Amino acid sequence: MPKLSSLDEFESFQKKIKESRDPKKVVISISSGTCGRTRGSAKVVEAFKQAIISCKDKLSIRVTGCHGFCDAEPNVIIFPEEIFYKNLKPKDVTEIVESTLKGEIIDNLVVSQNEEKFVHVSEIPFYKNQMRIILGNNPLIDPTNIEDYIAVGGYGALDKALKMKPEEIIKEIKCSGLRGRGGAGFQTGKKWEITRKQKGDVKYIICNADEGDPGAYMDRSLLEGNPHSVIEGMIISAYSIGANEGWIYVRNEYPLAIKHVTIAIEQAKELGLSGKNILGLEFNFDIKVVKGAGAFICGEETALIHSIEGLRGVPRQRPPFPAEQGLFGKPTNINNVETYANVPQIIKRGADWFASIGTKTSKGTKIFSLVGKVKNTGLIEVPMGMTLREVIFDVGGGSFNGKRIKAVQTGGPSGGCIPLELFDLPVDYESLTNAGSIMGSGGMIVMDEDTCMVDIAKYFANFLQDESCGKCVPCREGIWHMFQILADITEGKGKEEDLQLLEELGNVIKATSLCGLGQTAPNGVLSSIKYFKDEYFAHIRDKKCPAGVCKPLIEYTIDAEKCTGCGLCKKNCPADAIVGELKEPHSITQDGCIKCGICHDVCKYGAVTIS
Amino acid sequence: MPKITIDGIDFDAPRGWTILDVAKFLGIEIPTLCYHEGLSPWGGCRLCLVEIQEGENTKLVTSCTYPVRERLVVRTATKRVVEARKLILELMIAQCPTSKVLQDLAAKMGLERVRFKPKWEDCIYCGLCVRICEEQMMAKAIGFVDRGNKLKITTPFDKASEECRRCGACLYICPACTLRCEGPEPENVLCGRCYNELQPTCLDFYDNYTCWMGLKGECGTCIREKPEEKKEGQK
Repeated sequence: MPKLSSLDEFESFQKKIKESRDPKKVVISISSGTCGRTRGSAKVVEAFKQAIISCKDKLSIRVTGCHGFCDAEPNVIIFPEEIFYKNLKPKDVTEIVESTLKGEIIDNLVVSQNEEKFVHVSEIPFYKNQMRIILGNNPLIDPTNIEDYIAVGGYGALDKALKMKPEEIIKEIKCSGLRGRGGAGFQTGKKWEITRKQKGDVKYIICNADEGDPGAYMDRSLLEGNPHSVIEGMIISAYSIGANEGWIYVRNEYPLAIKHVTIAIEQAKELGLSGKNILGLEFNFDIKVVKGAGAFICGEETALIHSIEGLRGVPRQRPPFPAEQGLFGKPTNINNVETYANVPQIIKRGADWFASIGTKTSKGTKIFSLVGKVKNTGLIEVPMGMTLREVIFDVGGGSFNGKRIKAVQTGGPSGGCIPLELFDLPVDYESLTNAGSIMGSGGMIVMDEDTCMVDIAKYFANFLQDESCGKCVPCREGIWHMFQILADITEGKGKEEDLQLLEELGNVIKATSLCGLGQTAPNGVLSSIKYFKDEYFAHIRDKKCPAGVCKPLIEYTIDAEKCTGCGLCKKNCPADAIVGELKEPHSITQDGCIKCGICHDVCKYGAVTIS
Repeated sequence: MPKITIDGIDFDAPRGWTILDVAKFLGIEIPTLCYHEGLSPWGGCRLCLVEIQEGENTKLVTSCTYPVRERLVVRTATKRVVEARKLILELMIAQCPTSKVLQDLAAKMGLERVRFKPKWEDCIYCGLCVRICEEQMMAKAIGFVDRGNKLKITTPFDKASEECRRCGACLYICPACTLRCEGPEPENVLCGRCYNELQPTCLDFYDNYTCWMGLKGECGTCIREKPEEKKEGQK
């Protein structure tokens, strides 16, 4: 690769790459992020490599990051027609290659919903209702090849930004209304401005990629699939703030993201887009990758800074904010992965374009990881202000097994549960906060009537008491006691006054904790008490779990009419608690039953009931 | 110098002071536990909470870490502040009921019950020992290990530390382990006997009682109105 030493050289290099690409060439883009690989995409990739040897001139393959549709993994998109094939196995590969060469479509591999078939990406309901500004490039880019990124217009925003004054860039970001995508939603432009105005020559940039929420993987997918967009955002940020060094703090549990981002940094440096004298200008910017050591709390900015400094990852009281006194005591701008990925788009297409998407207070799009009891699970990108109903029923396709969806939990473990009645709520920072939840980094867990809200509140309280750093009393002790009280309730030992105590405790933890973890931790408990009080009463007063989840409160019985006496449950019962002769109705001896639920899962006739 | 208002008092606070510094200077009482004048502020115990105005809302912040800034409005003893402090103290007593410092604080703040299951731990993780070891003794022999409910303070790998000079500063500063309270019982972990019994008792007659300081009312704490009548009434 040549080292580019001026803006003109970059522009001609970009032109050359764009011209060398034939838009009509058939390219099979294989989704192979971490999620795809766990479902066997690596074998599919190997099979494709073998299959195309004989026809390399007619079609090529591209191994990319995640395409977002988790349910369909491993999947391919065949360009230029954008044909989508789902759930592939290595044996399907030859057929795909052959039919693609003939221009045919394989019917049983396309997405179907309600007996309707969708061949092209733009027709699939999951994609149709989204606005994929940031994720949209993932299928077009091999993340280990910088030229792919440049071919789709990448680093064009940097080229444009380097011709602007730093103040102009900040003004552009401010006008766009971009807010931090890590959860708190602080105005990004304002943060940059504060950092720029600080005295001193040494300033730092940090990219927060310590994504620890269970069931959320927005940042991973971006770093794996399109690392250059994040790096480009960081370089623009560094130029406008006046920083010369940057860090990307990635959790160690994301090896593929670390690999791709490290390769991307090296390639950008080789090309002269980062490092010393970027594109021949008097502007140096180096990026280092730091691996986290597995603490959830290090996603909090001050704890993250301590961790980079080599100290124990605990937060400290703000003010002073990192923008005033951050890494090594110097002014530091710290943003989330998704925030940085938005920056090149804003610079390229203008603040007005960005501000035209979304609601009055929340602009642009937001990536969510839509998981739980919906048909189409995956990584979605929707404009701010879309209602929860549209997200869950139009994009997500509604319930996966026909049961009634009753709530959605947004914002990861610290988020609250929003009931079905409030599903017309537009998704933006303010609406979610007012409903008792948070935007968070973008987790969205859908729950149906089989989910016990007390159990969910207990699960998240347990996660948070374990991940609390332990520095401040309300968070360390408060969440622990919260978990104990909830555990008592799920075991049928709850008292009526416990609810009041939980609410009082929750409000104090929220108001007095040191950092964002404690300040949002009680959301799950408080919102479930607010919206699902009847479930708590059922546990406390009637000693029953309506969803049939809390083991001490349920009993498994066998319906004698439905039981055919096949003996499958008896064979599988680990406690030998099922009695009955073959072809005669069986029964469960309650004393011996350990409530593992295996009999319920294995019964083909639905004869095992939970009461 | 930033002009601030604290409990209605206007004050020109020197730059770099915290809210707690100002309160101490003005004689406004704010309870503290993990704070020590000779050590860096920590903000862990959350007892020194005060309420500050922020736009149209108010917010609870720890006064030991919050630097004064222009036009800051602070209230140190609002209902919200007092209730939050009490609940936090309740949590701390549930953790370590045998700390005399905590029991005295509870008696002083009028804590009446502890609704949480007592854990009977020996440490309240205020971090005073860790900070004195690092900042005053320059040893860094002890530190925090693990997190959440598994948090503990110990030497690296739980082995005798070569850095430790056995100066005893950690013991000297500990609010939990040096002064033990024997009073708490599983049914009611609140004691507060020392604090309540050691207060000037303000008797209005002394003949049959011994003043706790061995005085005979000279200190002026006791009310001396019509001692004879009261005596008769008592009999």
